[in-house]
Amino acid sequence: MLKIEGLRASIEDKEILRGVDLEIPAGAVHGIMGPNGSGKSTLVKVLAGDPAYTVTEGSVSYKGMDLLEMEPDERARSGVFLAFQYPMEIPGVSIANFLRAAVNSIRGPENELPTFQFYALLQDKLRELQLDEFWGNRYVNEGFSGGEKKRNEILQMLLLEPGLCLLDETDSGLDVDALKIVSDGVNRMRSPERSMLIVTHYMRLLDYIAPDRCHIMLDGRIVQSGDIELARRIDSEGYEFIRTGVAETNV
Amino acid sequence: MSDRATVELGSYSAGWNDPDAKYSFRSERGLNESVVRQMSEMKNEPAWMLDFRLRSLKHFRERPMPYWGADLSGLDFDDIYYYLKPDAENSRTWDDVPDAIKDTFEKLGIPEAERTVLAGVGAQYDSESVYHNLQQKWKDLGVVFLDMDSGLREYEDIVREHFGTVIPPEDNKFSALNSAVWSGGSFVYIPKGVYLEIPLQAYFRINADKAGQFERTLIIADEGSFVHYIEGCTAPVYTTDSLHSAVVEIIAKPGSRVRYSTVQNWSSNVYNLVTKRAVAMAGSTVEWLDGNIGSKVTMKYPSVMLVGEGATGEVLSIAYANDGQHQDTGAKMIHVAPGTTSRIIAKSISKGHGKSTYRGLVRVHNGARGAKSNVECDALLIDEQSRTDTYPYIEIEEDSASVGHEARVSRVSEQQLFYLQSRGIPEDQAMAMIVSGFIEPITKELPLEYAVELNRLIELEMEGSVG
Repeated sequence: MLKIEGLRASIEDKEILRGVDLEIPAGAVHGIMGPNGSGKSTLVKVLAGDPAYTVTEGSVSYKGMDLLEMEPDERARSGVFLAFQYPMEIPGVSIANFLRAAVNSIRGPENELPTFQFYALLQDKLRELQLDEFWGNRYVNEGFSGGEKKRNEILQMLLLEPGLCLLDETDSGLDVDALKIVSDGVNRMRSPERSMLIVTHYMRLLDYIAPDRCHIMLDGRIVQSGDIELARRIDSEGYEFIRTGVAETNV
Repeated sequence: MSDRATVELGSYSAGWNDPDAKYSFRSERGLNESVVRQMSEMKNEPAWMLDFRLRSLKHFRERPMPYWGADLSGLDFDDIYYYLKPDAENSRTWDDVPDAIKDTFEKLGIPEAERTVLAGVGAQYDSESVYHNLQQKWKDLGVVFLDMDSGLREYEDIVREHFGTVIPPEDNKFSALNSAVWSGGSFVYIPKGVYLEIPLQAYFRINADKAGQFERTLIIADEGSFVHYIEGCTAPVYTTDSLHSAVVEIIAKPGSRVRYSTVQNWSSNVYNLVTKRAVAMAGSTVEWLDGNIGSKVTMKYPSVMLVGEGATGEVLSIAYANDGQHQDTGAKMIHVAPGTTSRIIAKSISKGHGKSTYRGLVRVHNGARGAKSNVECDALLIDEQSRTDTYPYIEIEEDSASVGHEARVSRVSEQQLFYLQSRGIPEDQAMAMIVSGFIEPITKELPLEYAVELNRLIELEMEGSVG
C-alpha cells in the first residue's frame, strides 16, 4: 500500500529526514514514536505534500503511484489524509462549506453529493464524535480549543474516508473522554483496505487503537520496529535504551 | 457576442457587447454647452433643470482634476459620447423592451431576479432607462420607483426640493460632470411607515464603445420607512475606455432606514468615478454596502452626514483589485448631531499588479456629543506584487466623541492553502475559499442571491491565480 524508501527531506536547508524506510501493507495500522525533533511530524507532512519541506532523495509509492510527483490536493484525491497537529484557521469559511467542498473534490465532479445528502452525512458523523449539530456553522478552526481542533480533524477523516490516514499527534490536547471518542472513531475506520500511520508521544492512544506495528524514530530515521511491547517499553523507560542501541550499532 | 473580448479578459463573463443595439440619438463626441442644451431639450425638461445643468457644466470646466487619488491621466473627456439614447421608450412590461436589449438583460438574469426576489426592477442601457417596474402592492402603498427622468416629469416639486441638495454640483469635478449630463438612474420615494420587505434593484449597463454613463439616483425615505436598494453594473470589454460617473443622493428622514447595496462588476476599461452620499436625520440609519470587483479605476467613498440626533451610518466595503486595476475606495462619516454612531468596515483584496487604497474620513463636529465611530480596514494580499495603501483621516472637534481605528494587512499563507489542498480542494479553489472567507463578514449582510453572485465573481477572478 505505502512504501517509503530512503526518504530525505529538509526545511530551509536543514535536513530533518535522513533516509526513512517504511512499508505499511493494506489494512495495517502502524504507530510511530520518537523524541521531539526526531522527524515524526515531518514524515507525515512530507507524505501529505507540505510545501514547506523539500524532498532531496528517496521515493514514496502509494497504491503504485509516485506520491512525491503529486500536488497535495491530488494526493488527497487519491486517498491520502493528514490529521494536522496544528490545524490552520480559515476565518470566515464555515466548516460545512469547507467540508462539502472537500467531500465533493474527493468524490469528483461526476459523483458530487447532493446538498441534503451531504448534510445528513455530516449530522451522522457529528453524532459519532459527540459534536453538536450546529458545529458546521462555525468557521474552520477559528477560536477552537486544542481539543476541538483535533476532533474537527477526525470529523474530516470520517467524512473523507481516506485510504491512508496519517495522524499527527491527534491525541495531544485531548482529555480522557475526548481521547476515547477520537479512538473509537479511528477504530471504526479500520478496514482491510485502509492503512494508518499514527504519530504519538503517548501510550494511551496506542492502547485504545492497538496498532499492528510500532516504529521508533530518532534523528530522522526509523531505528527500531516492533509490536506494541516496544511502545510500552518506551512509555516506561524513555528513549535512552534506543539511543544506546543505535550508538552501539553505529560503532 | 464577441468571442475575442471574452477571451481577452478570461474570466469576465459579462464581457460581450450587443452589436445589434440601435440608438435613436447619439450626441457628438466630447462635451460642450450645445450637447447639454440638446439633451435637456430632447428630455423636455423644465427650465430650472437646464439652468442646473449649465451651472454644473461651468463648474466642471473650471474645476481641476483631483490630484490626490487614482491616476486619471488616461481619461479623455473629449473622446466620450455623453448621451446615447437607445432606440426604446422606457417600458413598464418586459415584453415591450426591444429584443436586442432584452437579450442583454436576460443574459444577466434580470427578469428572473425580478420574478423571484425583487419588489421592483430598473434597467438602464447606456444613457437611458429602458425598463422600470414596481409590483402593484407597493404602488398601492404609495411607493414610487421610477427612472429619474420620469421622476422629474411626474414629481417635479419633490425632485426640485431635493435634487442636488445632498451632493451639489460644486462638490467635486465628477459630481459637476454628472449634474451637467445626467440621464436615467432611479427616483425612489418610500412613504411614511412603509417597510419594503424585498429589495428594489437597478441594473446599469454600458453597451457602446467610448460611452459615458451618468445615472442620477435620488432616494427619499420618509419617516419610519425602510428600503433596500441594490444596483448592479456591467459593461462589455472594449479596447478604448468608458466612463461611469454616477451621483446617488439619499435622504433618510427621522426613524427611517435605507440600505444601498452595490455589486459593481464593470469591465476592466471603465473609469468608475462615483459620488454617493446620504443625509441621515434623527434616529435614522443609512447603510452602504459597496462591492467593487470590476473597473479600471474606481474612486468612490460613500458618505453619511449624520445630522439628526442618534442617527447611524454604516459602510461595508469590499474592493477587489486585479492586475491593472486600482480600487481607490473608502467611506466618509460626518458626525454633526449628538449621539450619532458610525461604523466602517473596509476589506480589500489585491492580486497581481492590482492596487487597492482605503481612503476614509471620520469627522466629528463640535457639539456632536457622545458621537461614536469605529473603523476597521483589512487588506488581503494574494501575491508578492500586489499592494495596498491606507489613508484614514480623522478630524475630531468634540471631546466627548470616541473614535476607533484598526488596520490590518495580511497575506494568504502557504500553510492555509496547504491545509485546504490536503483535503482534496484544488489550489485555485482553495484560494477563492480563503478570499470568500475574508469578505464573509460583509457578504453575510447581503441577500443570499447577491452573496452567491459576489462569491462567484471572486471565484472567477481567482481562476488561474496560482500555479
